[in-house]
Amino acid sequence: MEAAGAGGDARQDLAIRRLESAVTVGLSPDSGILCHDDENAGLESCPVPRIEPESRRELSVPDHLPETEAPLLEARHVGKAFAGVQALADVSLTLQAGQVHALMGENGAGKSTLMRILAGLHPPDAGEILLSGRRVAVRSPHEAMRLGIAMIHQELMPIPDLTVAENVLLGHEPTLPLLGWINRRALREEARRLLGLLGAELPVHRRMRGLSVAQMQTVEIAKALACDARIVIMDEPTAAISDREVEALFRVIAALKERGVAIVYITHRMGEVFRIAQTVTVLRDGRHVGTYPVGELDERRLIALMVGRELNAVFPAPAASRGSVALSAQGLGRAGAFRDVSFEVRQGEVLGLAGLMGAGRTELVHSLFGLMPADTGTIHIHGKPARIRCPADAIRHGIGLVTEDRSEYGLVPAMNVRQNITLSTLRACSLGPLIRRLREARLADASIRGLAIRTSGSGQVVSQLSGGNQQKVVIARTLLSGPQIVILDEPTRGIDVGAKIEVYGIIARLAREGKAVILISSDLPEVLSMSDRVLVMREGKLAAELDPARTSQEEVLEHAMPA
Amino acid sequence: MPCPPDARPARPSPLLEVLRPYLQSLGIVMALVVIGVYLSIMTPTFLTTSNLINVARQISINGILAVGVTFVLLTGGVDLSLGSVVALTGVVAASFAHPDGYPVVVPILLGILAGAACGATNGVFVAWGRVAPFIATLGMMTVARGLALLFSGGRPVSNMGPAMTRIGGEVADIPIPVLILGGVAAASWLFLTQTRLGRYVYAVGGNENAARAAGISVGRVKMFAYTLCGAMAGLAGIVLAARITTGQPNAGVAYELDAIAAVVIGGTSLSGGIGGVGGTLLGALLMGVINNGLDLMNVSSYYQQIVKGCIIVGAVWLDRRNKP
Repeated sequence: MEAAGAGGDARQDLAIRRLESAVTVGLSPDSGILCHDDENAGLESCPVPRIEPESRRELSVPDHLPETEAPLLEARHVGKAFAGVQALADVSLTLQAGQVHALMGENGAGKSTLMRILAGLHPPDAGEILLSGRRVAVRSPHEAMRLGIAMIHQELMPIPDLTVAENVLLGHEPTLPLLGWINRRALREEARRLLGLLGAELPVHRRMRGLSVAQMQTVEIAKALACDARIVIMDEPTAAISDREVEALFRVIAALKERGVAIVYITHRMGEVFRIAQTVTVLRDGRHVGTYPVGELDERRLIALMVGRELNAVFPAPAASRGSVALSAQGLGRAGAFRDVSFEVRQGEVLGLAGLMGAGRTELVHSLFGLMPADTGTIHIHGKPARIRCPADAIRHGIGLVTEDRSEYGLVPAMNVRQNITLSTLRACSLGPLIRRLREARLADASIRGLAIRTSGSGQVVSQLSGGNQQKVVIARTLLSGPQIVILDEPTRGIDVGAKIEVYGIIARLAREGKAVILISSDLPEVLSMSDRVLVMREGKLAAELDPARTSQEEVLEHAMPA
Repeated sequence: MPCPPDARPARPSPLLEVLRPYLQSLGIVMALVVIGVYLSIMTPTFLTTSNLINVARQISINGILAVGVTFVLLTGGVDLSLGSVVALTGVVAASFAHPDGYPVVVPILLGILAGAACGATNGVFVAWGRVAPFIATLGMMTVARGLALLFSGGRPVSNMGPAMTRIGGEVADIPIPVLILGGVAAASWLFLTQTRLGRYVYAVGGNENAARAAGISVGRVKMFAYTLCGAMAGLAGIVLAARITTGQPNAGVAYELDAIAAVVIGGTSLSGGIGGVGGTLLGALLMGVINNGLDLMNVSSYYQQIVKGCIIVGAVWLDRRNKP
């Protein structure tokens, strides 16, 4: 695996070197930061586009360039660190006009960082960006737009109370000659024309508020066209849209390709890569693993490149023995969240909780932990009835919750690692009202070692840690209160693969130590591999109980999908 | 399977890590030194014991209020009722400080209790009534002023006993208000840095949801902060009444804004979770020194207001620039 990755690197380096020499011979890279040439005027001033499709295609390949294959955009050896954590190191990316370039990698691999650098949201610490062979500095999203780089964010940012036309041409409204009044008719026509170029038909006078996610996406892409974008970055565009809408999006992408636009496509869906991409760049842990023509890859190999190891090595073996019932719930319900949920979990058992987002899983465990108590039903802990009205009650009953959303419910960002770890257990290291600092530090240090939290010291501010280490801090706090029942809500979301494997190790260890574990995960391979038993929730109710050894992802999904 | 070797976590210089919390205060200390040196050169009187004691006395009431409101700001709240509470508690204390009435502890305790009651009321509405702190304390600002006027019949309450006015006096040349401020600040500093409840104050302000999920009773922590803040306003009201030897129902107008300004200049975040008493004291001192300097240089009090406003915004602006 490593050898293959290294081979890819070498290939890539060679390609880059070849390109570099071509560029240096062919033209002297302008030392100026921005393009001011007439050839690029279209990008520069970003007026209401009046350029006909033919001339636009010429634009994308300036005629004085010696080679037609001079890439539209080249990022060379780009690096970026956040608060000392290297998010991206020595990554290169080459975009050709009219091609879809898929950017693949696990969460935290650096895809978003790279894209945000190209879109002017972060300045890079190292490396350079060349646009049509010319060095540019993209210092703000506004500048990116002027250079013809547009980003379609995962979370779309339309202005909901403006119309489709007003959103498409936001900042480029056609005006009447006097006083800068907006020419409403021209606005609608121009918006209609731009949407038409994408083969999309949308009522341009409708307010954005009423549109579906897919329609808003189309509007965002039309907006990019309005700025003459030649590079369009799409960050997981299919994450929140239906299959039919995906087809429509692919048609839009085809239209963009046709126009000579280069597309950077980030996705977690393997199938899409092989359908629409021509080139794939794989990032792992902020490093460039390699760039491959899509024909050289298959799904298995792509996953192996992303993860950096064979998949079957990832999940540890489940615990062998099970004890008595640690927690049982009967008829739990909460208005608008879940109803009539009954289940039990035994000591030494990992109970998986699968389901779609919004199925009520998080709400269910929040009620077990007292964050939002259930309206109906009873909870027994080790056979005794328990009333849990607030998290302090839950902690007293030996329940620990690792919350889903680290920034919302997990960490106090301004506090240091030590203070975050001991927040639930301060009483244990206090003398009366006073905190016993030494004892606190010793507890925190033991946790840091035990969970291998990588930090410069327990005094480091927690917001400076990487996502995986932040997650381990939350886990450390939960475990420090000595819970017998540990609930983990999406514990591996948004952390890199190395940290994921460590989290799996922690879960397996907890089960071996005889703790009852409830694991919520939307990652089906994860929940099926880690759990001894899987409950599937659908629309607030338990839909099925499955044996992971005798089920498949398809079966889980079947139960999870609303009928 | 062991994880791959990971060189990513940065190791910032440990020295920098240790100093980081103080770097903020360092800016104010430098400002204080620069202004102090400037005033020492420009005026003959600034660097005299009597003037410096004077500065300390002038900042004592604002300082006590600022230390109190630091707790509230750290939880992410705000208290706009301080000025009115100062007036109310001053009137209450003065009313019970008749020369041949109760022993002096009675007016002092009643003043502090009145302040604590106002604060506790704020706390109830903020913590359990889910009323925005701005609104709850804005209401209390009006209510406390009304109570002060009602209680005093709208007239200043004079005829205070010597034991009470003694609080505005001096011990061994050091003004008692300054000693009170010192005591309050030291106790608050110890509390915030060394106790569990102090830590919880930071946790609630830093991330209320995370604090709740960690098993902290967020309501109780907020309740405590507002009550303590009110009690300290009560103390400030007593000191003010003692210094002017009357309980003035119209006293203390806009005191809350000076107090909040001192806290914010001292680096405490208005959104909570960051800051502390040390910065607050420095902030109050900076405001006091600048006021004193402008006085000494015979600058019109009209200009003083303008300067004060510029300093508040300037300090916070510099603070923001230093943060990512």
